[in-house]
Amino acid sequence: MSARRRLPLDGNEAAASVAHRVSEVIAIYPITPSSNMGEFADEWSAAGQKNVWGQVPAVIEMQSEGGAAGAVHGALQGGALSTTFTASQGLLLMIPNMYKIAGELTAYTMHVAARTVATHALSIFGDHSDVMACRQTGFALLASGSVQEAHDLAAVAHAATLKCRIPFLHFFDGFRTSHEISPAEELTDADLLHMLDPEAIKAHRERGLNPERPVLRGTAQNPDAFFQAREACNPFYAACPAAVEEAMQRFGALTGRKYGLFDYHGHPEAERVIVLMGSGAEAVHETVDWMTARGEKVGLLRVRLYRPFSPKHLLAALPKTVKRLSVLDRTKEPGALGEPLYLDVVTALAEARAEGSLPFAQEPLVVGGRYGLSSKEFNPAHVKAVFDNLSAPKPRNHFTVGINDDVTGLSLPVDDSFDIEPEDVVQSVFFGLGADGTVGANKNSIKIIIDETDLYAQGYFVYDSKKSGAVTISHLRFGPRPIRSTYLVRKANFVACHQFVFFERYDMLAYAEPGSTLLINAPCKPEEVFDQLPREAQQEILEKKLKVYAIDAAAVARSTGMGGRINSIMQTCFFALAGVLPREEAIAKIKEAVKKTYGKKGDEVVRRNHAAIDETLQNLHQVTLPGKRTSERPRPPIVPKAAPDFVQRVTALMLEGKGDLLPVSAFPVDGTWPTATSQWEKRNIAAEIPAWDPKICIQCNKCAAICPHAAIRAAIYPPEALKGAPDTFVAVDFKSNDMKGLKYTIQVAPEDCTGCSLCVQVCPAKDKAQPKHKAIDMVAQAPLREKEAANYDFFLKLPEPPRAELKLDLKNSQFLEPLFEYSGACSGCGETPYIKLLTQLFGDRLIVANATGCSSIYGGNLPTTPYTKNRDGRGPAWSNSLFEDNAEFGLGLRLAVDANTRQSRHLVEALSGQLGDNLAGELLKAEQHDEKGIAAQRERVKALQQKLLRLKGPEAARLLGLADYLVRKSVWIVGGDGWAYDIGFGGLDHVLSLPYDVNVLVLDTEVYSNTGGQQSKATPLGAAAKFAASGKEVGKKDLGLMAMGYRHVYVAQLAMGAKDAQTVSAFLEAESWHGPSLLIAYSHCIAHGYDMALGAEQQKLAVGSGIWPMYRYDPRRVAQGLPPLSMDSGLPKGSARDYMRNETRFRMVEKIDPKRFQELMTAAERNALQRDALYRQLAAVTIPDHPEAAQPAGAGAKGAKE
Amino acid sequence: MDLSTTYLGLKLAHPLMPGACPLADDLDGVRRLEDAGAAAIVLRSLFEEQIAREQMSSFLHTDSHGESFAEALSYFPSPDGFVLGPDEYLEHLRKVKAAVKVPVIASLNGTSLGGWLRYAALMEQAGADALELNVYAINTDTEEDAPTLEKRVLGMVRSIKGAVKIPVAVKLSPFYTSVAHFAKRLEEACADGLVLFNRFYQPDIDVDELQTVRSLVLSTSAELPLRLRWLAILSGRVRPALAVSGGVHTHLDAVKAVMAGAHAVQVVSALLKHGPGYLKPMREELERWLVEHEYESLAQMCGSMSLRNSPDPAAYERGNYMMILQSWRQA
Repeated sequence: MSARRRLPLDGNEAAASVAHRVSEVIAIYPITPSSNMGEFADEWSAAGQKNVWGQVPAVIEMQSEGGAAGAVHGALQGGALSTTFTASQGLLLMIPNMYKIAGELTAYTMHVAARTVATHALSIFGDHSDVMACRQTGFALLASGSVQEAHDLAAVAHAATLKCRIPFLHFFDGFRTSHEISPAEELTDADLLHMLDPEAIKAHRERGLNPERPVLRGTAQNPDAFFQAREACNPFYAACPAAVEEAMQRFGALTGRKYGLFDYHGHPEAERVIVLMGSGAEAVHETVDWMTARGEKVGLLRVRLYRPFSPKHLLAALPKTVKRLSVLDRTKEPGALGEPLYLDVVTALAEARAEGSLPFAQEPLVVGGRYGLSSKEFNPAHVKAVFDNLSAPKPRNHFTVGINDDVTGLSLPVDDSFDIEPEDVVQSVFFGLGADGTVGANKNSIKIIIDETDLYAQGYFVYDSKKSGAVTISHLRFGPRPIRSTYLVRKANFVACHQFVFFERYDMLAYAEPGSTLLINAPCKPEEVFDQLPREAQQEILEKKLKVYAIDAAAVARSTGMGGRINSIMQTCFFALAGVLPREEAIAKIKEAVKKTYGKKGDEVVRRNHAAIDETLQNLHQVTLPGKRTSERPRPPIVPKAAPDFVQRVTALMLEGKGDLLPVSAFPVDGTWPTATSQWEKRNIAAEIPAWDPKICIQCNKCAAICPHAAIRAAIYPPEALKGAPDTFVAVDFKSNDMKGLKYTIQVAPEDCTGCSLCVQVCPAKDKAQPKHKAIDMVAQAPLREKEAANYDFFLKLPEPPRAELKLDLKNSQFLEPLFEYSGACSGCGETPYIKLLTQLFGDRLIVANATGCSSIYGGNLPTTPYTKNRDGRGPAWSNSLFEDNAEFGLGLRLAVDANTRQSRHLVEALSGQLGDNLAGELLKAEQHDEKGIAAQRERVKALQQKLLRLKGPEAARLLGLADYLVRKSVWIVGGDGWAYDIGFGGLDHVLSLPYDVNVLVLDTEVYSNTGGQQSKATPLGAAAKFAASGKEVGKKDLGLMAMGYRHVYVAQLAMGAKDAQTVSAFLEAESWHGPSLLIAYSHCIAHGYDMALGAEQQKLAVGSGIWPMYRYDPRRVAQGLPPLSMDSGLPKGSARDYMRNETRFRMVEKIDPKRFQELMTAAERNALQRDALYRQLAAVTIPDHPEAAQPAGAGAKGAKE
Repeated sequence: MDLSTTYLGLKLAHPLMPGACPLADDLDGVRRLEDAGAAAIVLRSLFEEQIAREQMSSFLHTDSHGESFAEALSYFPSPDGFVLGPDEYLEHLRKVKAAVKVPVIASLNGTSLGGWLRYAALMEQAGADALELNVYAINTDTEEDAPTLEKRVLGMVRSIKGAVKIPVAVKLSPFYTSVAHFAKRLEEACADGLVLFNRFYQPDIDVDELQTVRSLVLSTSAELPLRLRWLAILSGRVRPALAVSGGVHTHLDAVKAVMAGAHAVQVVSALLKHGPGYLKPMREELERWLVEHEYESLAQMCGSMSLRNSPDPAAYERGNYMMILQSWRQA
């Protein structure tokens, strides 16, 4: 038998490692935080890794979790061993099949990285609300609390299910366990084979559907049969706990790691015991050890097998001495008597009491509480609070711990100073930027320490909610004993600040223990570092007597050709200062790790990293501290004083990383948040920003249009508006034949720009004498920051040109105020320019239904959100329902608007006598096709409202509340290709089939971008993506053509980077069409693998080669005797090779298999030519005009035409 | 007719071979070249700069997005086969070597001494019968003098010769102040062959967009005389074998090149224009020409019109230039 390896794993890999090796069919769908399990399985199968029976498991990505569950169900019914991985909403989508799989007594194990179910808000983080929603399905629920357990209990689950035929849901905490890295002993194939009973596998196979021995399953049963048949499974549930116990015993004998259905740990005569499951048990374990060492009679009961719940085992596991139990649930069931685990424990005790079988000296008092929702911290201070509560004369029941509930007063008081972490554990915190590689380096450090020392290690990584300029905080622990601290580092011996600017934003030194080491990456000489720190940081350094070290890592990175990647440099500093390994040895190991990590990516990368490592130590210096503060400069306020009260009180704390301190009362009760908050978060993440040279500028506004962050804007305004302008504000005459006498300005928002340089790339205006100089050039931000910030403030106050008078083309559209600004989308994002344009054109009457994905994350992830309001207080109203239901959700919004519009029109008619027939008539007949019509109607509504204020009676009051609906609303359904092509396609198809006035904007990145680049049905032929590593073999689904098939849908395919004017036309046409519209927008994405600054260039190549044809299909053209389809892109020119080779997603295929790439590229070109030819033929077809063909039947009644 | 020749120590049936170009980029093309009778296959250059740039671009623009955002720790699959390095080239070299019987010459363009050495060794390991070092660098530094540049190339050649056992040719550009002197120094650096000359891709200007554009213009026979002159000057005066590259479009061009001293004749533009099969009639015509002109063998002709053997050596020297100018004036 081969030896077991000690490996650094995260929980996802630990569970997937077992699942992949004991399965034959794996059907999955990506969802955070479980996606990696499926990705690991796919990667292993793609690499030919076999299961323990010598076969490579088939891994298939489905269109939704519902689809994955269906495929799994089929595979199981076919007699295969199957598994899946999921979480949260995905798990909920699997529930119907789970009932079936359990009802059919099917041996099966699925693995869940438990995650919060969306309620008042979505959360990607961990709790048990998803798992608890499945406890009625008939699945066994088995909980793991650590990485090693996720590995071990995965094996136990797969073994037990075969024995007892009850399907298993094996779960562990999302992020806390799924993403924590710690050492785990890997089970060998022989271990797994030892656990699995071949006879049980044979029996499973024999139950599979097979025409050689036909049976029938899935019958429909009537009242005479169903009930009895449902009860027939009872013996299997009764036998399940014993089967699990047997599997655990077998596992214990094999590995020495012993598990029980309920595991008690603590004082043998404990009086106070906490009952819980999952990773929180580790923190309780630690605290119990500390308290028992101090003589307290406390204990922990870990629940491992939660369903079927075995009261017998529960009671047997508890000490007889227990007097008080606190049952902790990581979920919330509003309106219930208590949370599920609490209720189960109470019931178990009550039933035992009724039966007279209570084993305790006295019947314990049981209280229940909630903790850790959405990965809320649960540390020893919280555990202590729970034990303290049990010591109270009358312990509080139904409490919460970990928050301050100042509304219902349920939360327990917590002594935050309570700290039990042993001194021999090295605790480190690293503040980095996502892009600087800090997390990757820290993961490598852990691996080095696990591989090279006998130490135990733990790494946990906190990411912020922005996709550009994202801050990462790495929490690392190293110690001589297993680390059970399933919570963030609070008192670090080592704090590293990898970006100097963080001193302005975060109180990083709050983590630092007195006398600890502080490592700073500072863009200055070591002797200048201290002086450049804000006052508060200096004070804290002096008070805590920190040892400060500094390195100009950016300079080292620059000099060694590493760009902005300082990871290897900072990692070298860490090892040099932390002393975990001897310096020389550590450096050798870092170099080895670099080679391992980047070896595949190229020897040049390795060489430069090695050079950077070699340069590091001579540039690392201890900072000599003066005896006193040298700076009076305070840390700037997190948000400016001008920010609204809510932003000051709530948002600012969240921005500072102190959201945990906010009490319940600070929050909206129903998930409703104010818009227009991103403007208060000045992130200053761009090293370089665009600078405008008006002498060269041709005033085309392309820069403003392409800007993903609304950080470069154009304005025209009368000269008198320049009064009070800052001296450095630049204005020139507006070059226009239509609008004379106006001034023109291009202005950069220096603190909001992300530095992507897309604007520079698209700028067509070059200096004739020196063409490298354009009308927009990138220049260093720091010297311009203050000046341009003042200019930008002034710019924002300039009057907006009258919307009604602007001819809406690309250029003029950019004079309209964007009501989507400074989002957290990736720098250079290809999606957000479309959304920004949408808000410029229709933002003041826009309602957005947003599918879950990138656009919902940068659109609605707190602390700040980018949708904003105009000067009148109008702006987009936005909501996210789910991933799968967005089209239906948007339709519902349309129906509501229509209902309110109908009612308001009815009331206008009813009150027309009192309102005056003229006003009423005009209100009802108003044409609102364009901005002029909208503006006129707004005036009428204003007049109406004034009149209504003077009228009495219930109808007038009702109309007053509804009058706004007389102005046409624009309902947009926005989402990515994962939604539109895959999980939401059924709903989208249905909504498009209906005659309602909804507009669908598909931001097509051709992969699931938000979850990390998994293929969708929009992934093009030849592209590599997760689950299509060797290049997708079939073409992209032609969503546009499908929609055209309905003939009443306005359809357009866009590529703003290739032809921005067409984009604007399509938006205007779609919105003005009173039936459904579908816009499919090419969105370049980081998941395509190239420098996003070149996004627009790539779009041109995609369009030019025919890979991405541009067209508009307008049903109205039928009535004009024109072909409804018109092509907006020219005939494909040349090869797709230039386009494809520029992107990693295609290049990867070429590197792996040039022949296959050649074949796929040829097929892609052929496909493109065929599609183009088909479209061009369609574009030549006129359709006989029937009056009803011009408008969808009933569109007038069902759209917002009224 | 014995057309055989020896180039880089390789005994070849005749001197005609494809020069470094995309025709040998896939195995089908390689087989077609062999079927057309190519005496050897020269592969397209492996560019160290391109590899380094792609690696760094991936590192800085693609990998940097990973480990930044909680929902996506990466954005691409990471199959073992995805290696950004010379592997693609080396694998191709391996396959070409296995697919054909004629010698395979790998071509390399390095930017650093480390790169030259590393890739040369890898090419040897992958089975290359010889190396062609494509010394292709535009020196734009106004402070760097010619001896420094030449010294760098010589050092590189010497190092590579010390690192590999297979023969090494150096493909030169015509822009050296003293080609003959440099050729001699290359001989001292143990170069086994010299390829005359490289054709740089010349930038063109898009006057509307105000940007430079890459242009690739196929050679014509008009480019041959420059090669003939230097072949003739070097033939018999330096030890390394000589190959002509650039301007050979017909069998007569090949005849001239051999007469001037070429041991090998590389053809690219003509093959790109007429297809790889064009090598066959070229060889046949060459053979016919030799027969018709009663040569005993190709070897007899090789270098016959060199500076040393030519009845009119001055024609290769400065006077040639003057006379042409005069003849122009007279016309």
